[in-house]
Amino acid sequence: MAIPSALVTLLIGMALTLAGLWIGHNVRLLPVDASANAPVYDALFEVLFSIGTILFLGIVGLLLYSLVRFRRRPGDSGDGQAIEGNLPLEIVWTAIPAVVVLFVGIYSYDIYERMGGMASFHDHSPHDQTAMAAMVHEASLTQQVSDDPDGQERIWGGIGQSNDSAAVLPVEVTAMQFAFIFHYPDSGITAGELHVPLGQSVQLRMEAKDVIHAFWVPQFRLKQDVIPGQPTLLTFTPTRVGTYPIVCAELCGPYHGGMRSNVVVHEPDGFDAWLQSNRPAQVAQAAAAPFS
Amino acid sequence: MTIANPAELEQSLQPQGWLKYFSFSLDHKVIGIQYLVCGFLFYFIGGALAGVIRTELASPLSDFVRRDTYNEVLTLHGTIMIFLWIVPVVNGAFGNYLIPFYVGARDMAFPRLNAVAFWLIPPAGILLISSYFIAGAASQSGWTAYPPLSLTTPAAGQIVWILSVLLLGGSSIFGGINFIATVLKLRRPGLKMMQLPMFCWAMLGTSILVVLSTPVLAGTLILLSFDIIAHTGFFNPALGGNVVVYQHLFWFYSHPAVYIMVLPAFGLVSEILPVHARKPLFGYTTMVYSIMAIVVLGLIVWAHHMFTSGTPPWMRLFFTIATSFIAVPTGIKFFNWLATLWGGKIALNSAVLFSCAFIFNFVFGGITGVALAQVPFDIHVHDTYFVVAHFHYIVYGGSVFVIFASLYHWYPKFTGRLLNEDLGRLHFLLTFIGFNLCFAPQHWLGLNGMPRRVAEYDPAFTTWNQVSSVGALLMAISTLPLVINVVLTAVSGPLAGDNPWRALTPEWLTTSPPPVENWAGEAPLVTEPYGYGEHTCAMDLGGLSGRDLWSSGKS
Repeated sequence: MAIPSALVTLLIGMALTLAGLWIGHNVRLLPVDASANAPVYDALFEVLFSIGTILFLGIVGLLLYSLVRFRRRPGDSGDGQAIEGNLPLEIVWTAIPAVVVLFVGIYSYDIYERMGGMASFHDHSPHDQTAMAAMVHEASLTQQVSDDPDGQERIWGGIGQSNDSAAVLPVEVTAMQFAFIFHYPDSGITAGELHVPLGQSVQLRMEAKDVIHAFWVPQFRLKQDVIPGQPTLLTFTPTRVGTYPIVCAELCGPYHGGMRSNVVVHEPDGFDAWLQSNRPAQVAQAAAAPFS
Repeated sequence: MTIANPAELEQSLQPQGWLKYFSFSLDHKVIGIQYLVCGFLFYFIGGALAGVIRTELASPLSDFVRRDTYNEVLTLHGTIMIFLWIVPVVNGAFGNYLIPFYVGARDMAFPRLNAVAFWLIPPAGILLISSYFIAGAASQSGWTAYPPLSLTTPAAGQIVWILSVLLLGGSSIFGGINFIATVLKLRRPGLKMMQLPMFCWAMLGTSILVVLSTPVLAGTLILLSFDIIAHTGFFNPALGGNVVVYQHLFWFYSHPAVYIMVLPAFGLVSEILPVHARKPLFGYTTMVYSIMAIVVLGLIVWAHHMFTSGTPPWMRLFFTIATSFIAVPTGIKFFNWLATLWGGKIALNSAVLFSCAFIFNFVFGGITGVALAQVPFDIHVHDTYFVVAHFHYIVYGGSVFVIFASLYHWYPKFTGRLLNEDLGRLHFLLTFIGFNLCFAPQHWLGLNGMPRRVAEYDPAFTTWNQVSSVGALLMAISTLPLVINVVLTAVSGPLAGDNPWRALTPEWLTTSPPPVENWAGEAPLVTEPYGYGEHTCAMDLGGLSGRDLWSSGKS
């Protein structure tokens, strides 16, 4: 007795789902994660990869099966069956992608919010955030307000703060053909490499001098265009000590491919040591003066 | 005494034979072939440029061409492949050749406008390519020409690029108007819209996109040229301009441009599969609605190209949702094609192999596309080789594979001769392997940190770049069997007869090649273009009750 086709279909579907989940979980395609939002990103990647694998294997399997099973035999010049459509079937395969896409959309919205993507751009000053929150929110709704009530300049895009409890290390990033320059307003240091302490939230305020560049650290899973005339923000918390590449990801001229730098994630002690050794002379003297 | 008939006079002045392909011919079939051959010539040029790119990237150093030359090469590659190869071929070549047949007309609605639209293309293409030799430097700001980079690179090359794209955009708009008028107004009396072959719907949808979005690109490029020549400040931040506005305007055209390249391909596949599977096209009505849904959604997704640009959070969210939902109508089309194949009697010839490889590639590109629509995902891989891989899976794996499928399917109609199947299958195998070898590794490269449009890269990426370059070499080699096949067949191929595929669509209900006005007599009224299939004999006996068998045997 033949196995009912519904049962076969069910079994194939289950095998396919398990295979997709297994591949999504076990095939590693991403570089190491070195920021707080990278594991969040990797979770989203795993979901998308699993769903994609299931759909791709299913569709390609169906295609190959059809090509083999329903190939035209030599000498056969007949036609196939005259099936012009099947409304319930079409409703099913409209509904499945719609549900999947809706699920993926809501899930990635959640991920985006956890990355801090929905945070307002205007509260990048660590001072009196809560007091300003309501007003800032209204300002961000109107969008065309060029200046905040407190005189801050407009931020045009990027990832804001994911949590406002930790102290934020502000860094000013200037991109130009063909280098990034990092300026630490608190300590007055200017450097060609970005040095950050492990576990502390860092906020980059970025602007370009000449053409559009993009700041990208693959291990942080973060990228933001650096635009002339339109400051942008990027907030992240490094979670793994090491040196990672900073890559310019927007075509910016002949040496675009060579526009690279490094971000060095230090242990907090190591970062303080780096700060001390690189502090400009006069600032260091001024800081040291009260103790002498 | 005879009176000179204007039609006859014009007839006599038109060159005959092969010379007509170099003339200002008004025959839609001649214009279609002109588009096709011209497109293939530019494809070979664009392919050679791709070869330069892949050779440069075979090593991590910038050691093959100069850095600014590399940027010119990648700009020309993108511009040629989009504006001079895919758009003119899927729209101009197959649209012009097939649409009048499908609506039962003897020509397009505006034959002269049609000829003008074609004859804008060769000068625009030559202008674009010659800018490298004459103007001193071709455009080197990418096919996107983002300011302020495009304002700072050598001005002459950028202006020539703008002029050339404006000419090609004009050609595209003329063609779009012509297709809309032909499909809506030139249908044979008695032929209803819902009886048209699917390619007509695809061209109608495409042409709506062309007419709505191309003028926006034209306006944007004119403003950009003002910034370059007259030093205005529309997009120049030093003069108070806004560079992100350019990106919005540019992508308002250039995202629909993806559908302008892909929707006609969807239409062509819908024509090819039923003929070779000997089955009706599955779900005609939903196919029509899904084309129109793609047209509408295609107009409101452009900012997903700008997720890392200066865009506020609400905008990122809106465009994520809108983009994701394009997967729904697109998915419907793919399931319908699979259902068309299911239970058919599929001839595994070159046309079908290329069509099925199109389904394989496009599903892959579609899945990465849905992933890219998610803002958090895109923030990591935007402007990397992941995106390069994705869009080549869409425009090469999608549109170009369909162009090849269509060539094998309609070559007997164009010439009256059948292409060689062995060479065709060799062409397919080399193209399919080469393509996947070239572009699949690029997904990994992008995820792991290789940005696009670079001449030099981290040596850690060398191996997969070399694999990709080998794939590109295979793709280059794969054009040889195609060219040999087309030339040999044109000279001495086996005669095909009028209808080698036993097809039912109107272009096959005439001689091959067809006469000047398409049919010797009246145009046939084809109300069931997909009326293949056997209604009783081929029924699955296992699924029927005894009473059905009895009644079917009685009739």
